[in-house]
Amino acid sequence: MYRVVKKRLLSTGITLLDVEAPAVAAKVEPGQFVIVRVDELGERIPLTVMNFDREKGTITIVVQDVGYSSALITRMNEGDEFQDFVGPLGVASEIENHGTVVCIGGGVGIAPIHPIARALKEAGNHVISVLGSRSADLMILEEEMRAVSSEVVIATNDGSAGVKGFVTDGLAQVLAQGHDVKVIWAIGPMVMMKAVVEYTRPLGIKTIVSMNPIMVDGTGMCGACRISVGNETKFACVDGPEFDGHLVDFDLAMKRLAFYKDEENRAKARLECDHEGGHH
Amino acid sequence: MAEKVEGAKKVKIPRHEMPCQDPQVRAHNFEEVALGYTQEMAVEEAKRCLQCKKPLCVTGCPVEVLIPDFVKQIAQGDFQEAGKVLKIKNSLPAVCGRVCPQEAQCESKCILGIKGESVAIGRLERFAADFGMKSEEVEFEKPVQSGKRVAIIGAGPAGLACAGDLAKAGHAVTVLEALHVAGGVLMYGIPQFRLPKEIVQTEIANLKKMGVEILTNQVVGKVTSVDELMENGYDAVFIGTGAGLPYFMDIPGENLNGVYSANEFLTRTNLMKGYKFPDYATPVKVGKNVAVLGAGNVAMDSARTALRLGAENVYIIYRRSRDEMPARKEELEHAEEEGIQFRLLTNPVSIQGDERGWIKSLTCLRYELGEPDASGRRAPVAIQGSEFEIPMDTVVVAIGQGPNPLVTTSTPGLELNRRGNIVADDETLMTSKPGVFAGGDIVTGAATVILAMGAGKKAAAGIDQYLKSQS
Repeated sequence: MYRVVKKRLLSTGITLLDVEAPAVAAKVEPGQFVIVRVDELGERIPLTVMNFDREKGTITIVVQDVGYSSALITRMNEGDEFQDFVGPLGVASEIENHGTVVCIGGGVGIAPIHPIARALKEAGNHVISVLGSRSADLMILEEEMRAVSSEVVIATNDGSAGVKGFVTDGLAQVLAQGHDVKVIWAIGPMVMMKAVVEYTRPLGIKTIVSMNPIMVDGTGMCGACRISVGNETKFACVDGPEFDGHLVDFDLAMKRLAFYKDEENRAKARLECDHEGGHH
Repeated sequence: MAEKVEGAKKVKIPRHEMPCQDPQVRAHNFEEVALGYTQEMAVEEAKRCLQCKKPLCVTGCPVEVLIPDFVKQIAQGDFQEAGKVLKIKNSLPAVCGRVCPQEAQCESKCILGIKGESVAIGRLERFAADFGMKSEEVEFEKPVQSGKRVAIIGAGPAGLACAGDLAKAGHAVTVLEALHVAGGVLMYGIPQFRLPKEIVQTEIANLKKMGVEILTNQVVGKVTSVDELMENGYDAVFIGTGAGLPYFMDIPGENLNGVYSANEFLTRTNLMKGYKFPDYATPVKVGKNVAVLGAGNVAMDSARTALRLGAENVYIIYRRSRDEMPARKEELEHAEEEGIQFRLLTNPVSIQGDERGWIKSLTCLRYELGEPDASGRRAPVAIQGSEFEIPMDTVVVAIGQGPNPLVTTSTPGLELNRRGNIVADDETLMTSKPGVFAGGDIVTGAATVILAMGAGKKAAAGIDQYLKSQS
């Protein structure tokens, strides 16, 4: 079994867990993901890996309480065990020395951008990280990001910290300073990634995004995660999760994310009802 | 002479029908369709067997089950012994008794079938295997251990059959499975109403009792590789990863919400138990009108599953005619009895959606049969201008699967054919890499459970021989 050895609440509804999975920790690279199942009745949920400790044999994941299964995960405590924890899955980020790069993380997407920023920095890049959240109190992992970045720019929608606005406003500030940015990584909600990609398209800066569609097996068997990249259908689980953002059809990807919205709401409502009623 | 007279008599005894759930009832539940023979039926059916001196039925079986022997035990009322005889050659008899295409294999060779109806070997196999499963477990005598270790990649029919035979030969076997449960297509693909999952798991538990170690959640190609397994003390590796990459039609609208690959649709329903949502957390949904594209067994499974999930109209859409439908006859009959509507000589050309990205309708083209093609089947020819649109809520694409590349692309030196299937020796099933064997769908392309099991057994023999030559 896969035991939770550390739990940390990062912000309202956002939880960090260190999970014992030595075989996965031995092989995982930045950009890859795992699939977890909380219990016998659970869904298979893909989660991008935040961090890993090969010696301790642990994987760090960050989960936001948005749906039924993610709510269950955020309620797990130290000592609890995942029923299943599979990985590493997907293709690792291509890390090389480009010169200056920008790593954009939005909301809970800051977690998966962290290992990429670290690897890029270790590879010799000048790493400028742009972190976005709705407000200062919802900003996560700022300290950890400062430790793996050359510079950090903060953007909050309400202006309670850093630049007022979106990550694209933070990026605009970086570019205005005259940095010769070679590659941008952007991870966050699909709307955010789409906004970044639309911003960089006319500038011609290569922009890599990490897609997080619905998945079941995560090994190329079911095709639930298919997305359109350059008018070609790709499976995010085995062909990605990272793709050239300028080729991704985000409108389609966002529509596909809503496939099970009704069911998701139903399950979540039931969970909350059970929780408040104190039985189940 | 006496045998001839007896045969003439026996050919007149009709084959015993399999009791089934009523079609109207079963179309709305996930309980097993076929109910199985009673003891009386089984004995009577078994008595029809001629006990041929040279049993042709055995030659029709990919794993060479000792058919006359187990049938004889049933006829004599020793069901326990019948179950044991089955197990000599077949590690998963309760599975095979349910999903083998017996009419094209053992039963097609039965002498009784020439003038009348063949012995219902499949139904008898199911009966004896189920009896053996329910009764006290016979102690497995552990064979002398060879000291050799074999890693098997994939706990589907090929891998499990291979594991069973290798364990019997005294080798230490570890099976690495990518999903969270062992069984492969038996768990994710074939529906509960055709093959109850409890039966699959009981058969797998029996393999574990024989000493087979099964590790789930192990995606070979990611967490480890074939080369690493060989370096880490395994003396041989068997690759039985199956055909796990779904094909799509490549028509407009295939990425709309409501379009599933059969793999996804069946995995959500069977493996993840989506039909029990929300008790089980994985949802699966069908609308009022469902089209299944394809006409093989997977298509029939998908169509019948859709019906059970609450669809009102379920269509099988197929380009050719009824005679060319690749599904087993029994599956076609069961599907039709339950109310699945066949739209033959019809081919989908596009799927239309609404502004929110959901399926609205399916546009198809009508076909007619032309001259026979290279495969000998009469080729369907499109009738120009015959497009028509059907309102549709769900589409399940069941037109086949290709080899999953995770293992093959992470194994340097492994020879593949142009389709991406592994090339293996016909006799030993050894690949281009010494000590690495492969069998089942990953070698042949998508086929049947029993052919994969046959390949698994063949590979086990090849591996056994290889290991002996190494020591």
